[in-house]
Amino acid sequence: MAKMLYFGRLSDLTGFVEETLDLPDHIQTAGDLRHWLDLRFEGDGTLLEPTVRIAINSELCFDSSAISDTDEIALLPPVGGG
Amino acid sequence: MLTVSDAPIDAAELLETFETTVASAGAIVTFSGNVRGQSDAGRVHALNLQDYSPMTQTGIAAAMDDANRNWPLLGLSVAHRTGRILAGETIVFVAAASAHRRAAFEAADFLMDYLKTKAVFWKKEETETGAVWIEPRAQDYEDAQRWRAKETTE
Repeated sequence: MAKMLYFGRLSDLTGFVEETLDLPDHIQTAGDLRHWLDLRFEGDGTLLEPTVRIAINSELCFDSSAISDTDEIALLPPVGGG
Repeated sequence: MLTVSDAPIDAAELLETFETTVASAGAIVTFSGNVRGQSDAGRVHALNLQDYSPMTQTGIAAAMDDANRNWPLLGLSVAHRTGRILAGETIVFVAAASAHRRAAFEAADFLMDYLKTKAVFWKKEETETGAVWIEPRAQDYEDAQRWRAKETTE
């Protein structure tokens, strides 16, 4: 089971901050996941925005990065504090 | 010194502690960022700050390393608050110490630009008209561009 985290405004889209998920077999990369989640949550492209980054086990990754069913995967909209 | 916590920030106390660690510094610059009471959406009740540990801390620590590499500093202190922060309360405190003032001013400015645009936080503003997620303004990104050559982190 992958642990999914949706930060900032993305939690308004998904309806929750955190979930555990059995990733379908065809989801092999962060890019696959992004497209699948956007359809699943009817994001209408929100999760495809290049400013939405993905972190695997707390490391920023590329869409080509491989993901596995045991990862902690975070979807991060643009950040900023202060 | 770096703290990310939902506990209230007391800037005067942090400065006092910091001063004891940099007794030989000729210059200490501090910055406090407070929750504004007013925004375009109306009167602000509070900000809610979300972080993602350990990415948040790791990123700020790397920016502090960049500051130490780029300026001759004698010490740095960063405190950032998370959770629900009421209007008028302090969100962020930065202090930089050096032998002379320019390095301390620039390092504090550099760190604040990092914190505003690159630190791993998300902000939701509660106003009298509702709650809305706030992302950095174009001006914040422009400010951060000034330091591109001094950063080793993304």
